[in-house]
Amino acid sequence: MTEPVSLSLSTGPLLLPTEAYLVPSLPVIWFGVVMFALTMYVALDGFDFGIGMLYATCSNEHDRETLLSAFGPVWDANEVWLVAFGTMLLAAFPRVYSKLLSEHYLIVMGFVLALLFRGVGPELREQQEGERWQRACELSFVAGSALAPFLFGALAAGWLFAAPLVSLPAVLTGVGVVALSMVTGSAFLAAKTDPGLAASVARYGQAATVVYLGGVLVLLAIVVIRNAGGAADTILSLPVLAVVGASAIAGVLGVAFASQGRYRAWLIAAFSLPILLGALVAVVLYPVIYPATGLTVEAAIVSPLALNLTTVLGLPVLVVVLWYFKFLYGVFGGPIAADGYGH
Amino acid sequence: MALTLMVSSSSDIAVGLAGTAGASALALLDPELASRAQFGWTISVHILFAALSIGLAPFIIYFTWRSVRTGSEAYERLQSFWLKVFAVGFVMGTVTGIPMSFQFGTNFPRFSEVAGELIGGPLAFEAKMAFFLEAVFLGVLLFGRERVTDRKYILSSVLVGVGAWLSGFWILVVNAWMQTPRGYEMVTKNGMAVAKLTDPIAAFFNPRMGWMYVHMINAAVISVALFVGGVAAYIVWRRRESTAWRTALRLAVMLLLITAPLQAVHGDAYARHVEDTQPQKFAAMEGHYETGQADLHLIAVPKEPEALTDPRAENLYTVSVPGVASFLASGGDFDAEVTGLNAYEENPPVALVFWSFRLMVGLGFLFIGLALWGGRLVYKGRVAESDRFLKSMMVSTPLGFAALLTGWYVTEIGRQPWVIQDVLKTSDAVSSMLSSVEATATLVAFVVIYLGLVSASLYVLKWLIEDELQHIPAREAPGGTERGSIPGVADDD
Repeated sequence: MTEPVSLSLSTGPLLLPTEAYLVPSLPVIWFGVVMFALTMYVALDGFDFGIGMLYATCSNEHDRETLLSAFGPVWDANEVWLVAFGTMLLAAFPRVYSKLLSEHYLIVMGFVLALLFRGVGPELREQQEGERWQRACELSFVAGSALAPFLFGALAAGWLFAAPLVSLPAVLTGVGVVALSMVTGSAFLAAKTDPGLAASVARYGQAATVVYLGGVLVLLAIVVIRNAGGAADTILSLPVLAVVGASAIAGVLGVAFASQGRYRAWLIAAFSLPILLGALVAVVLYPVIYPATGLTVEAAIVSPLALNLTTVLGLPVLVVVLWYFKFLYGVFGGPIAADGYGH
Repeated sequence: MALTLMVSSSSDIAVGLAGTAGASALALLDPELASRAQFGWTISVHILFAALSIGLAPFIIYFTWRSVRTGSEAYERLQSFWLKVFAVGFVMGTVTGIPMSFQFGTNFPRFSEVAGELIGGPLAFEAKMAFFLEAVFLGVLLFGRERVTDRKYILSSVLVGVGAWLSGFWILVVNAWMQTPRGYEMVTKNGMAVAKLTDPIAAFFNPRMGWMYVHMINAAVISVALFVGGVAAYIVWRRRESTAWRTALRLAVMLLLITAPLQAVHGDAYARHVEDTQPQKFAAMEGHYETGQADLHLIAVPKEPEALTDPRAENLYTVSVPGVASFLASGGDFDAEVTGLNAYEENPPVALVFWSFRLMVGLGFLFIGLALWGGRLVYKGRVAESDRFLKSMMVSTPLGFAALLTGWYVTEIGRQPWVIQDVLKTSDAVSSMLSSVEATATLVAFVVIYLGLVSASLYVLKWLIEDELQHIPAREAPGGTERGSIPGVADDD
């Protein structure tokens, strides 16, 4: 849009500026887009993890079938947000993608393998009636659902605080993401199942909310006390404190709604937590995108032509994707029938 | 088998590894070798499931459309059976595909950083335009029959298919660019030489792209036609009267009749394009060492055991046409000079490329033969009556996938030592952070877990077939058409 002189003939029909970003703030917008995909992943696959962990608490076949019916149609689509996050990170900030993944090798590998076990468990369970087979598939589902968010949290801690896997921040972040998944998973189930099952999952959701909020506060306190690279100032700034305060309010309201049996309201409060977490991560990071090396958004962003192209071709599609999800959750809206994973 | 192939792709260590397999089984591998083996192994498993999705998509769309529109029970059975196979394949494809999208970063971070501007866009488009489409509408297709209208249900099957084919498109944009990189210039960024995108059209529609897409999609359709045909042949052989499965068998044969000859004609032209753009790979495919006139080896048989690991004109019995490789490569000159492998400092593991290429071509001709035979039987209306044909189809069930894998090895191993042709060597792309312990541990984990996934998938297929057989009532007439199961037949695909 700016600098028409920089239009390169070689770009031909695409007519994209090669030497300037479409808008000067495009790198920041893409930082926002990547954070948005991360948030969508934590919110959507998070509730899948929650369902997977709650599966372990089911005492009868009816409840198990209900949970699998809730999980079945949506989990794969939810998981694609992870791929969207990873590939958009590569497309916009290749250096961050390279560093984040290569410097946390074992965590990433453990995470993708946990996702694997989580994904194949339910699919394989329905294929054979045998008791041992079904127990093995369920173990794969539950263990994968618990381990994946924990390792994803540990990876996030490695990214945000340059914390090694065996460290207090990494363990706390891991537990925090597990607890958050439990909150969204139980709120999702409570809003869509019969009152008996809803009341039983709600108790786990309430406890998980307390763990989650406690975890976030302790974690931020540790970061403030360590004060590495002036982190304390960042945490104690107004935007960060506002987001943390909003999370606390959403959490407390959620617990209250859950105990009143107002599950639709709880659903909204519960899903505002991952959204606020995404905002928290973005506010704490920016303008840096890789704290371990102090790499900034401006330094890590790809060159103008590549980003302009990804913007013009990619962002409209992302809007279409959101419409797909609206359609998908519309089709599978309303109460869940306990018809299992069978299809 | 795939593992051995990829391990050997680092020629320097391969010999020692193969020779002392037992003793060194516990030894740690060098991170580069382990990373390559891991990528090769994980892509080998993933590509099978990806090809299954791509190739099965047209069947799913057709069966869905027919079953919804006609309400025919035969098509309903076929739709339900193959949709279950598709669902299992899709889940396996997802869980094996996610590690792929991260391994560029975990094991080959320098590749990601050098090529990020060129490969990041297409990979992100794949996720956004294709993977979401497939995953969302597969959810509707699998679980939503009672929840959406007939139209939307059929449309969902079409969108799943479009997603699968688009997914292949964007992934192959990336791979084709690695073979024939265009539309970039090297610049220094953050103290590192990286490729900067200068011309997206040249980069995405690089010379290899069209060739690769047609060849790969067609290979996937052939693989699945053989797979569907093999399963159908087995069920027809067990339950001769099943109209549904006779239909499936005929469909598979007809599809093969179109796609198998197309692959040969297209593949021939593709090979010439490879000679133009990647002469070193072409020389490896033909075992051509000395620069000069090149012969085309139609058939090659090892004269001595060494030919298996080091194929060259001296140790092979060949049926060759003198000068034809020159003729093809140059577009008409029998004496044209074709650059031999001796002209290069470093070469790909020639034996793997040479024999993979021959195996692929040989299988390709076998498929044409099978298609012509089957086509004749369909024409005469006797496709379900010939035991010999049914058994040939059963044996061929996995062979399409075998050809697809060997073709992929020619493409990928033949490009070595480069990961991006003439731009970045594989050895320079590997992570410097990675230790032998980490790399070996994850390699072992992937081998064990993926073998488990493949076995589980085969068991599921076996159960689905057994279940299907129980739903087709055996005719009660004396000397009825039911046969006993032959152990191993259902399992070998």
